[in-house]
Amino acid sequence: MKGAVKRAGEVGGGRGAGYAACMLTISPELRAKIVAHARADHPDEACGVIAGPAGSDRPERFIPMLNAERSPTFYRFDSMEQLRVWREMDDRDEEPVVIYHSHTATEAYPSRTDISYASEPGAHYVLVSTREPDSEEFRSYRILDGVVTEEDVTVWPTAVGAGG
Amino acid sequence: MAIEVRIPTILRTYTSGAKAVEGAGGTLDELISDLNKQYDGLRERLVDDSGLRRFVNVYLNDEDVRFLGGLAAEVHDGDTVTVLPAVAGGAG
Repeated sequence: MKGAVKRAGEVGGGRGAGYAACMLTISPELRAKIVAHARADHPDEACGVIAGPAGSDRPERFIPMLNAERSPTFYRFDSMEQLRVWREMDDRDEEPVVIYHSHTATEAYPSRTDISYASEPGAHYVLVSTREPDSEEFRSYRILDGVVTEEDVTVWPTAVGAGG
Repeated sequence: MAIEVRIPTILRTYTSGAKAVEGAGGTLDELISDLNKQYDGLRERLVDDSGLRRFVNVYLNDEDVRFLGGLAAEVHDGDTVTVLPAVAGGAG
């Protein structure tokens, strides 16, 4: 398993959600939008959401968010913007399929802070690292009950538009 | 007196999956205590020794309760309270 981190006795016991064959499928356009946002906000961390139809696991609608912390080491969605976006997703019968943010000087791996604040159990947590000027790391994880599981990222044109 | 409280996905384990529940109270503090009687353990996810937990956003209708006095915010029949865990993190 590449990069997966598991704790003994994880919640759910045995082959629970953390061991499921997980994958993020994302269009090249959406992947590029996430990377461009991360580059644009560097050296501050960038953050945002990609919404998709509830239950579909398809990221479709790109929603870059303000980092209310404007920090090179921390991010937080502005609370009123989050309310607006979450209500809008609810109205459109969507859910946050991807929650992304960037690390600007460290690797694209969830920190202890990332893990402790992860509160959307159905989301793919995408991390981009912009620590190198000429290349980026783009990785995806599930974070459930404090357990991080890395998953494969498949970049594939989606049938339904380019999203965003 | 009924106040609708919208529950985020991660807390629906306390409400048997319900996305919205009803409670009573004159202040947010009382409302949360009322909900805790119905859904044991819910209060502790929202409140700590210093008041509302820092990384939980609570809104009264369209406003963040941080600007309405936090737990002391007055709530009335017909209000909607929305709970959203903050989306946050970072390398630091």
